[in-house]
Parts: sequence; structure tokens; C-alpha cells
Amino acid sequence: MKPQTVSLRLTVNGDPVEADVSPSMHLVDFLRERLDLTGSHLGCEHGVCGACSVMVDNTLVRGCLMLACQAEGKEVRTIEGISDSGDLQELQQAFLQHNALQCGFCTPGMLLTALDLVRHHPDASREEIRDYISGNYCRCTGYQAIVNAVESVLTARKKPAAGGAASAVSAMS
Amino acid sequence: MKSRDFHYERPSSLAGAIQMLAQHGASAQVLAGGQSLVPALNLRLAAPEILVDIQDCAELRGLQDMGSTIRIGALTTHAQIQSSALVAQHIPLLAKAVPYVAHVAIRNRGTIGGSLALADPAAEYPAVALALNATLIVRSQSGERRISAEGFFKGLYSTDLQPGEILVAVEFPKATGADRAGFYELARRRGDYAMVGLAAQAVLSAGKVTSARLAYFAVADRPVLATAAAGRLAGAPVGDASAVAAAVEALAADLDPMPDLQAETQTKAYLAGVVLRRVIQQLGASS
Repeated sequence: MKPQTVSLRLTVNGDPVEADVSPSMHLVDFLRERLDLTGSHLGCEHGVCGACSVMVDNTLVRGCLMLACQAEGKEVRTIEGISDSGDLQELQQAFLQHNALQCGFCTPGMLLTALDLVRHHPDASREEIRDYISGNYCRCTGYQAIVNAVESVLTARKKPAAGGAASAVSAMS
Repeated sequence: MKSRDFHYERPSSLAGAIQMLAQHGASAQVLAGGQSLVPALNLRLAAPEILVDIQDCAELRGLQDMGSTIRIGALTTHAQIQSSALVAQHIPLLAKAVPYVAHVAIRNRGTIGGSLALADPAAEYPAVALALNATLIVRSQSGERRISAEGFFKGLYSTDLQPGEILVAVEFPKATGADRAGFYELARRRGDYAMVGLAAQAVLSAGKVTSARLAYFAVADRPVLATAAAGRLAGAPVGDASAVAAAVEALAADLDPMPDLQAETQTKAYLAGVVLRRVIQQLGASS
């Protein structure tokens, strides 16, 4: 059988994208190789490590477990788009302050997962934070610092509006 | 690794999907959420010639109250099951199991139909379906078949689904006031495949166990009912120490765990008892 190509139309970080792809190309290869969006990392390529996390129609997904052609008509957001929009500022700052990254390979996926948690579970406990990020491997930090960073953002958001944190909160919600 | 090339089809309706499956027979494979199939493609454990992506088959979506059962469309995601009020109210065992299914990003795309049709021996839903003796509904060009969970799971990644058939929905009986649900699994990392797991449903009357169904997973090539252990629990107060001890002992007659990469036979046999004790505690605690 002659190799097939599929015409694809989707939105990536707010921009419309059209491309012809092989059906076997998964979404992260498409983002990295065709659109040069290399912030989504490819680790295990079978859904275990979480480094390839992206948002599709505002839900967190594994970019390596979705075929590019399955993203037809969908709205994809990568770490590039989300950090540019400022939504991540609080978490990025917290990761820096708490030293929640060393080599940084897992960080884009970890930040997107943390953002998803902060958006949907503002009252998460430490245990719930650990559960939420359980699908994201980090081989440097031992997770403690990451949990601290995410917890600090949740705590800051619960405080009544005061100072600089408040504007970041409203920007994120 | 990268997947082999394949041909991709995306029918816009269930009828279209069924027609494609009839046309292509065993060379076609259904792509639902892809959370098991795409890794299998990437690892080249699967290499279908044709993938039929069913995501546009609206008939396969959604949950429905059918009176005495809840019908769950095959494309319903784990995340939708987790947030469903119908599931929380009427299928407490499924509600207890779903947080153990993989991780949040995977629950957002993985589907109940995909998990049941794949029949991974370490997966949660097949055991839940067996414990509740759910009914699986499959359709092909020659019509619809209703298959009980007891007859559906045939072996390692093997089910009663025939070429040309597609799983369209699963129906779970609603829990009654006398039913108690318990679910537990041991895994090295939360969300990973279980070393040993147990989905249990018991019927209680005046604090005593009338009957119980104990469906173990990750111990054999398919989910297994531990009938001898369940028999030891029947007639005794829930959580009764001697009944529990007898049930744990009876597991030796019920299970002969297959070793896998995670644990050996003896380890799994021991952990099956640990899991049973924890699940029985849940049966007693839930009101």
C-alpha cells in the first residue's frame, strides 16, 4: 500500500496551522519537527514519563499518545504558547524559588501538569499534588521541591488579594 | 521508537465504522482514545494495516440511566467516568476504581470501551466489569450481541469480540442499598499497572455478608473470580477475623498467579491476601 498522507488543520498556540502528515506521526513529533516547537520533550514515547504533555482543547494530554491526525480541528497549546501568555508566571517563579528543576527536561511537562492542577483543584493537599504529578517523571529533584513549589502557588492563591501575587492570580483564572 | 506506517480512516458515524471493519476484516484495528494502542504502535508491538479512528462516532459517547442499569458509551473517557454523578451514585465500585486508572493526562483521553476491548490482564475495568457481571454490547453488520463479562474475557488481550465487531457500550447493574464496594491495588507508582488488584462487591444483610464477588486482576491472563475466598466470607459478619483469615487462606485454591516483570508468583500470592484484607476493611467501612 502506498504511504498515505492526511491533510490536517488545527490551531496551535492560537495560530491556524495546515499541514500534510503521515498518519503514523504523533503529535509531539509534529510540533517539534514540523512547527519547531521544541518545548514539548520526547522522553519515553510510550506514555510513561509525561515530558511530552500538551493541552488539547484545554485538557492535559500525552503528546506522544495522540496521533497528529487525531488533532484535526482541535486547539493545541504547548508550553511555548502558555508561557508567552503569562498564565504560567506564578508557577515558573515558584519552580525557580524552590529549586524545583535541575536538568529541566521534565519541566515543561511538569509545569503544564501543575497548571492543570492549579486551575482545577485549588484546594489540593500535598498528597493530591503528588497524585496529580504521579504521571510525570523527574529524575533529578526527588519531587519534594516540585511539590513545595506547587503547594506554595496554591497557598498564595488562597490568601486574600494583596500585593503582586493578586494580579498573577487574576491573570491565571 | 516510531510506529510503522498504516492507513488511517476516520468514519463520521458508527454505521460507517462498522462498514469499514466489515470491509477490512482482521487487517483493521479500532482506534478509540489510543492510550494503549498508540504506545503499542510506538513500541511496534502492534502493526495494523488500517486504523479506524472512531472519535467522531457520536453514538458511542455518554452515560445513560436505563432504569436498573447504567449504560456507558464505549468512547466515555476515564475522566468523564470520574466526574460522573450517575457513576458515583449507582456504580460505586467503578467510582472507586477509576482514580487508579493511569494518570490524569491519560484519563483525559483513554476510554472505557478501549480498556475493556483491549483486555489487559492488569487493567482495572475488566475486573470491575467481572465483579459486577456487567453486560458488554457489541455490534457488527449482522446486528448486536450482548455478552456478560463472565463470557467476554477469554485470555491475554483476548476477548469474545469477533472480526468486524465493535464494542459500543457497557451496562452496569445499579448498586442496591445492600451492596458494598471495595477496590484496591498495589503498584510501584500510583497509576502504573498493578502488581495485584482486587475489585469486590458484597451484599450485606444485618451486618453479615450474604454473598461476595471478588474479581482479582494482574494475577492471571484475565480477571479471575476468587470463588472459594468469597465463600468463606459468606454468612459471617463483614470483617469477622476468622472469616477473613479463612478467605485469605482459600485464595491458594482460587489463584495461581502468573509471574510478570513486577513480581513473582509467591509475591503476588502473598500480596493477594494483603489486598483482600484491605478491601474487606472498605466493605465494612462504607455505608
